[in-house]
Amino acid sequence: MIRFEGVSKSYARKNAAALTDIDLSIDGGEFVFLVGASGSGKSTFLRLLLCEEKATSGKVIVNDKDVAKIRRWKVPAYRRQIGAVFQDFRLLPEKNVEQNVAFALEVIGEPRAKVKTAVADALEIVGLADLSQRRPGQLSGGEQQRVAIARAFVNKPPLIIADEPTGNLDPTTSLDIMRLLDRINRTGTTVIMATHDAAVVDQMRKRVVELDAGRMVRDQVRGVYGYAG
Amino acid sequence: MRRLMLALAEMWHGLRRNLTMTIAVILTVAISLTLFGTGLLVRAQVDAMKDYWYDRVEVSVFLCGKASDPKACPGGPVTDAQRAEIKAKIVALGPKVQDVYYESSQQAYDHFKQQFKNSPILNNVTADALPESFRVKLANPEDFAQVAAAVATSPGVEQVQDQRKLLEKFFKLLGGLQAIALGIAIAMLLVTVLLVVNTMRVAAYSRRNATGIMKLVGASNFYIRLPFVLEAVVAAGIGGLLAVGALAAEKVFLVDQILQPAFRFTAFVGWQAVVEVMIIVFLTGVILAGGAAWLTVRRYLRV
Repeated sequence: MIRFEGVSKSYARKNAAALTDIDLSIDGGEFVFLVGASGSGKSTFLRLLLCEEKATSGKVIVNDKDVAKIRRWKVPAYRRQIGAVFQDFRLLPEKNVEQNVAFALEVIGEPRAKVKTAVADALEIVGLADLSQRRPGQLSGGEQQRVAIARAFVNKPPLIIADEPTGNLDPTTSLDIMRLLDRINRTGTTVIMATHDAAVVDQMRKRVVELDAGRMVRDQVRGVYGYAG
Repeated sequence: MRRLMLALAEMWHGLRRNLTMTIAVILTVAISLTLFGTGLLVRAQVDAMKDYWYDRVEVSVFLCGKASDPKACPGGPVTDAQRAEIKAKIVALGPKVQDVYYESSQQAYDHFKQQFKNSPILNNVTADALPESFRVKLANPEDFAQVAAAVATSPGVEQVQDQRKLLEKFFKLLGGLQAIALGIAIAMLLVTVLLVVNTMRVAAYSRRNATGIMKLVGASNFYIRLPFVLEAVVAAGIGGLLAVGALAAEKVFLVDQILQPAFRFTAFVGWQAVVEVMIIVFLTGVILAGGAAWLTVRRYLRV
C-alpha cells in the first residue's frame, strides 16, 4: 500500500537532512510503529505521507500513486483517504463531540443523512456515544483523543496516521487508546503511529521502524521500543 | 487543559478583533465608495451641464454700433451693405452653421431687461449701449475658429465672441473638483483594499485551528476559502449599501432640494445617472473587497 523508494528530504535552512535514503514498504492492514528520538525524522515521514511536503529525492508511493505528482487541486481528495490523529487532539473547542466528528464529513460535502449515521457509528466504536453533547473542555485527555480518533476514522479511510497520540496521556489512558487503534487496525485499516512511548510499543508487539538522525536503523516485525533484538 | 484555555482565549480575542475589523471594513468601504460615487456624480453633472449648455451656446458676432470702440470700428456704425455682406459670409460656411439669426440692439435690450429684471444695473443701460449682433449656432461648437476667421476682419464687425470659452473655464473648475474627489476616492479604495487584506490575515490566523483541520480531512480549497471571501463580500456589500444610501441622499437633499431651486438656469444630474453610479459603486466595492479577500486567503491558507 505504501512504498518509500530511496526517499530523502532536506531543508534549506538546516544542514542535516531530515530523512536520508529511506526504503520501506508497508502493506495494507499493517500496524507500524515509527520510533526514534525527537528530530529523528518521524514527523517529516508523516508529513510526506500527508502530502504536506514533498521529498527532495526518491519517491513516496501510496496506492500505486506517486504522492509528489498529485496535482495541487487533487490533494484534498487524496487526504480524504487518510485519517490523522495528533498529540494535541486538534479539536474545535466551541463545538461539541458530535459536531467535532461531523465537521470532518460536513466540510467535504457529505450529505446530512450520511453524516448522522457515520458520526453515530464512529462514536459507538470509540465508546463516546454517551458523551456526544459534551464539549472538548468537559472531557478528559483520553476522551478528547477518542474524539480525534472518531473524527479521523469517521470517513472509513484505508490509512490512519497517528503522531504521538499518547504523548499527552497517562499510561492507563494510553493503553486504552492503543486498544482502540488496534481494534480499528483489525477492521483492515492500515495504522502508522509515530511514538516515544516505550510502554505501548513493548505491549503491542507490532512492526517497529526506528529512525535515527533521518536514517532507518531498524525494521523489525513484532518489535519492542528499545534495543534491536 | 491549559492549552485548551489558551486556545479559547485566543479564539475569543480573534472574534472580538474581527468584529471591530469588520465594522472598520464596512465604514471604510462606505466612505470610500461614497466619495467615489460623488466623484462620478460630479462628472455626470458636468456632462449634464455640458449637454445643456453646449446645446445652447452660440458664437456672437457683435456689429459696430454707436457705443463701439473706435479702434475696432474705424468706419463707425455698421452699414446695411456691411451687414448683408457679413451675413452672406456666415451663410457661406455652409452646413457647419446650423442656424444664424440677427439680434437688433432693441432685442438685445429686451433680453437684457428680462435677465436683470430686479437689478439696479438696468437703470444705467440703454438700447444704444448694446450692440446688434448675429447669433451663429454651429453644428459642431469646435468650429468656432473658422467663423472667427471668416468674419472677424470684415468691416462693421466689432468682436466675435465664443460663449463656449466662458463655459470652459467653469467646466475646468468643476473638472478640477471632480479630479480631487476621484483622487481621494482612489486613495480611499486603496486603503479599503489594504484593510480587507489585513482583516483577512487576522481572520485566517484566528481560525487556523478550524482551517487546519479542514485541510487535514481533505476539504477543498474552495470550501476552506469561501467563508472568508463571503465575509469580505458581505461587509463590503453592507458598506456599499450605505454608500448607495448616501448617494441617494446627495441627490434628494443636495441636488433636488438645494441646488435645483437655487440654480434654475441649468440642468442637473437625473435619477438615471444616479442609479448608474450607484450600481457601479456597489459592484466596485463588492468586487474589490471579494477579490482582495480571495487573493489574501489564497496566500495565507495554502495547502
